[in-house]
Amino acid sequence: MIDFDLIIDTVVIIIVIIGLFFFFTATIGLLRFPDFYCKLQATGKGDTLGAILILFGIVIYILKEDFSFNTILVSLKIFFIIFFIFLANPTATHALTKAGLDSGVTPFKKEDLKK
Amino acid sequence: MIRLYDDLIIQTVCRIMIPLIQLFALYVIAHGHYSPGGGFQGGCILGASFILMLIAYDINWMKRRFSEDINILMIAFGVLLYAVIGLICVLLGAEYLNYGIIHKIIPLDPVRVRALGTLGIEIGVGITVMAVMVSIFLNLTTFGKHEKGEV
Repeated sequence: MIDFDLIIDTVVIIIVIIGLFFFFTATIGLLRFPDFYCKLQATGKGDTLGAILILFGIVIYILKEDFSFNTILVSLKIFFIIFFIFLANPTATHALTKAGLDSGVTPFKKEDLKK
Repeated sequence: MIRLYDDLIIQTVCRIMIPLIQLFALYVIAHGHYSPGGGFQGGCILGASFILMLIAYDINWMKRRFSEDINILMIAFGVLLYAVIGLICVLLGAEYLNYGIIHKIIPLDPVRVRALGTLGIEIGVGITVMAVMVSIFLNLTTFGKHEKGEV
């Protein structure tokens, strides 16, 4: 006999932990990377994927608890948030990077490492 | 002013996002008395969508869609809606903004009329907040000149 509740719970926990891992690496990158562009790259990618994975885990968990019209509406709203983050976060990173390049922030080079 | 160059990625994403943001703002205004939100918050989101339009595109592009005259008209119209609904209640013999009394005019249940009155007030607040936000942003970023210029 297979306990479906246990399997779905395990899947949710794994997804949320992977999302938290991406948040963690993004924060480490923000603190440890040497210059503006590297930090932006770390947070832009890590935050997007981490938030999407955690929200997706929440959707699965809600639908497992109570599969009715109301929870389907709630999960639809969470999917809209995922769509919004998926579009807006990389675009904001792109805008920041371009603004930085235009205002003359110099990128980090290999020669700077030897100093 | 703000913009020095066109950026295809930002403009395309803004074209997709702005209608969704405005729809969400209307949702926040309309659900103000059932869930978190209301006239001020929805008006701020609606104003933010126009400010995003202004940042991503151009001041002239935005003025063609939402001109200065309509902006000033909307500021006055929202306050007028608020005041008129309040004054109708006074004329019908209740306190200012006591919407329940409007059921003398509209043939509906008093409880439902009260909810509709709240919705009318919040629409008025939302319109005014949206127009004032856009007006403040325009005046601050262009130093009151309302025309395109360098930074």
